[in-house]
This record gives sequence, structure tokens and C-alpha cells, in this order.
Amino acid sequence: MRPVVVSGAGMIPFERRDEDSLVDMLAAASLHAMDDARLGDRPVEAVYVGNMASGLFNHQVSVASSLVDRLNLLPAAADRVENGPASGGSAIKNGLLAIASGYYDVVLVAGGEKMREVIGPRSTDIVAAMTHPEAEYIYGVTLPAMAGMFARLYMDKYGITREHLAHVSIKNQQNGLLNPYAHIQMNITMEGILTHPQSHINNPVVADPLHLYDCCPVSDGAAAVLLTSLDVAQELKVPIVEIAGFGQATDTQTLQERSDPTDLKAVSLAAQNAFAMAGIQPEDINVAELHDAFTILEIAESEHVGFFEKGEAAKAVKNGETRIDGKLPINPSGGLKARGHPVGATGVAQVVELVWQLRGEAGERQVKDAANGFSLNFGGFGNNVLAFVLRREA
Amino acid sequence: MDLELEAYLRPPEAEMAPYPAKVITLATGGKLVVRQVDREVVPTLLEAIKPTIEVERDYYDIVGVRLYGELLGWYRHRVRDEFCIIGQIDGLLVGIVNSRMLTPLIGMSLHTLAIERGLRIGAHLFAAKMEHHIEYLNQDEVLITAESPIGFRRWMIEYGLQKRDGQHELGGATPYALTRELYFANKDRLVAGERPVPAELMEVAEREIIIASEEDILEKILGAKRRML
Repeated sequence: MRPVVVSGAGMIPFERRDEDSLVDMLAAASLHAMDDARLGDRPVEAVYVGNMASGLFNHQVSVASSLVDRLNLLPAAADRVENGPASGGSAIKNGLLAIASGYYDVVLVAGGEKMREVIGPRSTDIVAAMTHPEAEYIYGVTLPAMAGMFARLYMDKYGITREHLAHVSIKNQQNGLLNPYAHIQMNITMEGILTHPQSHINNPVVADPLHLYDCCPVSDGAAAVLLTSLDVAQELKVPIVEIAGFGQATDTQTLQERSDPTDLKAVSLAAQNAFAMAGIQPEDINVAELHDAFTILEIAESEHVGFFEKGEAAKAVKNGETRIDGKLPINPSGGLKARGHPVGATGVAQVVELVWQLRGEAGERQVKDAANGFSLNFGGFGNNVLAFVLRREA
Repeated sequence: MDLELEAYLRPPEAEMAPYPAKVITLATGGKLVVRQVDREVVPTLLEAIKPTIEVERDYYDIVGVRLYGELLGWYRHRVRDEFCIIGQIDGLLVGIVNSRMLTPLIGMSLHTLAIERGLRIGAHLFAAKMEHHIEYLNQDEVLITAESPIGFRRWMIEYGLQKRDGQHELGGATPYALTRELYFANKDRLVAGERPVPAELMEVAEREIIIASEEDILEKILGAKRRML
């Protein structure tokens, strides 16, 4: 396989973007990424767009075709890639493999979702369409409900409390304050969301034991990366950040079919494969972007990818080990919790953040001396997961 | 001013129990002082409302222009039995609600304007308004309508309001009612606040109602600055 470099990275602030269409957002993020790569007139050979549900959210399909046309990248190949909330990660995988195979040299990968076009309950229902239609969806399960059940099991098994979850939430929202692209810009406190006798009014139950501030917001947004071969990256004279490792794994679609629903096997396997390909261990990672659609997931994922022993991540969060100035900063961008989670955009936005971190371009949220970055994009409820290791050229 | 004629134009005013101030701890840990204000402060409040009347997002324009008119009408004695409650954080005005008594037993909820967003300021102030109607004015029910989807979600859905026949005096959609029973059923879940307000917080709130600049108000409502990225 040839080395693949993220030569350009760009995104637009995640928020509620009433005035922009999905393709407007994808185009803006893509232009940022192409400008960042100083691509000039060099042709983009292929475009992959990560998007989960534009047909349902926006009554628009074939968004990759729309994007190449909007950007005048014709006759580039164009495909939309769908893998639920891991659509962005899957789109990057397609771009990675296309260049690694030697077929293309320059590929644009964009991820985007415009979710706020519909009302909240409809949005929740659309996202719930990723669950098993006969075994889960018909019973009314939603992703927050599933995460609530998972959280209860995980908390009981490992002695995790709501205070631990709140530490994740507070950390990520504080990180979000340092990220101008983050949807939520609010410095919440333990008193305000947990310990004050009336905090339940600010922070009501969504799906017990998960409360409002345990859940990511519903956002609009897009992110993009320009992937190139190493040769092209060197010609473009961009900082070299290589996709050094990649892994993907699947698990049963329904949670109840797993022998242990708290065991996120696909997360572990995807991470192991990514680390093996990069030739490094979890302890070599300097910065990580995990898929904290719910606070419990940051804790569970950080254990399943090997950053902490099972049952230890919650303590690490509480001790500040995962803060930007901690031993292993997790979600310096604010994560899905604060940056937002326009589902198709998330996997790409995670990689954009890692590129900025590895280049030393992350501003106030810069992790010191970051050389290896890791991202995890969690599809379904852990049934189709992608992991990436990014490495800065020494 | 012809005082004799003015006496005809001014509505009679019913005796209304005062609303005691309270403090709410927000998700940020910030202290929101919620207090009733007299009509003398209306000119100050209008400064904060004015920038909102051209903001289409979430129907701020309709809410802003109507609230402006209702408060101005109250200030100049053209609206009957109105009251106004504001929210302040460190003196800064972050939200306004107004309402009035239709009859001694029925309240007519008018408007809720949140200047600071994302912290349930509007929801807390709306709850305070309902608290005043039911617990201090001792009314049986409050008639409510919504101009924005957010309002509909916050009031009609969160409180499970009852549909009513007829029309709310703001016109528009079907009126809903918050009854005493509904209010008390939802109180623990939705109505926050502690009394008395610590003296130092009250002193800051009463010393000055600080109004954010027009640019800041629009930024809070629209998040416009980040659009430059």
C-alpha cells in the first residue's frame, strides 16, 4: 500500500445553519480543505461524501454528484458513502484505499449532514432508522434509549457514577469553548448539572441514567479532507500528516444478540487493526478524538481501544488525565458532545481535528507535541466502527 | 396632556400581589436573578428588545415587536393589569417575560424573550411567569399560545397543556391552558428558584439593568460571528 497523506483539512462551524443547504455546507468545507492543500488547478480525481440520511432529512439524494458539480470538479468520480454515524469514517476509508491502491492520487472526502431541517422528534426517529427494523425499531427504541440501557449496564459493571459522566461532559464543553467550530459554547459546572438540588431542571433525564448534558446536540455541519499520495503532498509542499493506520470491524446489529452487551468488540477490533497497521501501541497516542455521542461512550471506547483498563477510564477522566493538558487528551475539539454531531460529518471532523493538532494549528486547544493521533467513528450502536491512526512526519 | 381625557383612556388597575424575587442556579453555575420590575424600567427594557425586531430566526421579530408594543403600552398606561418579570446574570439582562390578568381568576400569558440562549433562560422565566399567576396572583388558569416552534415545545409539550376553545388575545393558533393542577404536577420538574435572593446578588441586580450592545444581542441570538470562519 502506498502512503496516504491528509494534505488539506477544512470545516465549517457546526451549529444550526438554517440558511445553508447540505450541499452549500459540503462545498464550503471542501473549499477550505482544497485551499488548505494549496491544490490550485490540480484535478481532484474522486470525491467521496459521507452522509447518513440526506434523503430523509433533506429530501435530497446523490449529494456527491451535486457536490462535484457545485465545485466544478467534473468529471471526477463521485460517490456518497453511508454507514450511519460512521459515514464520514467510511468515506475516508474509501479515499484512503483508492489512493493506497495506486488508482488515484488526489481524492476529496467530505462529510456532512443537515439535521436541523426537521423537528427534534423527527430527527431522533431518522437516526433510529439505523437500528434493526424488526428487532429494535418497531419497539420504539431510539439511540438515546439504547445508550441509556448500555450506560446502566456499564455503570453497574464498573462502578461508574453520574459524576463520572458529568466530568466527561464538563471537560468536553470546556474544550468546545476553545474551538470556534464547536456548536456548544458553554462552560457548564458540576453544581449546575449535577450537585445543585435543582440541577435536574437544567439537566433533565433523556434516557435514564443519561441526562441532557450526557447527550450530543443535533447539529448541521460539514468537514472535508483532501487526501493525496505522498508524492503529490511533497509537490504541494504541505505538512506531512499520514494516515498511518486504519481498521474497521462490525458486530451484531442488535445489542441483545451480543454475549455481553457491554463488550464493544467492533471498537476493540477496529482499534487493534489500526494500531497494528501503524505499528504502534495505544500508549503511543498523544491525542484522540472519540465518538462521545453520549458521555458513557467516551469512557467505554477509551477502555475498548486500549487507552485504559476496563473500569479505569472513569477515574482517569475524574483525575484530569484526559484533559488537554493531561496524560492523554481525549476530544480536545469538544468531541461530539460540544463540537456537535451532524452524523455524516463526524468521522471527517475527527480527522480534521487530528490534522490540526498534529500540525500544531489547533490554537488555544493545542495538545503539546502531538505526533500520533487516533480517531474512532462509532457506527450504529457499535456495530460498524472505524478507527484511524494519523502520524505527523518526524 | 389633558388629564381629564387621559383618565378616560387609562384602564383601571386591579390590585396585584407582588412576585417575590428568586435566584436560579444555571447549568453554568451562574446565578440568574428573576425579579418583577415596575413600569418605570420599561424604557431600559425596550433598548434590549429593539435589536430583536428584525431577527426572523425563531420568530424573534414577531415576539420582539409585540413585546415592545405591550411593554410600551403598559408604560404609557394603555394595557390593563400587566406585569413584567426579568432575568439578570450579574446585572446583565438576559430575558424578559410579560403577562397580564384577564380576569381575577384567568391569566393571559403574553411573551417570553430570551436574549441569552441555550441555558433554559426562556424556560425558567416562563416558569416564573406561571408561578406568579398560579401561586401569587392565585389564579385558576393561564391561557397560553406560542408563535415559535421552540415556544410550542417548551410550553405546550413540556407542560402538557390543555387545549381550549376560542382565541388567545394574541390571536394565532389554538389557545392552551395551564391549570393549577397542571402547574403543581409539573412544578418540581420545571419550576426552579430559591428565595430569598442573597442580598449581594439582589443589590447587583437592582443597581442597574445592564443591556448588552446590539451587536452582542444579535450574536447571542444568531451566533453570527462564527459565520466568518
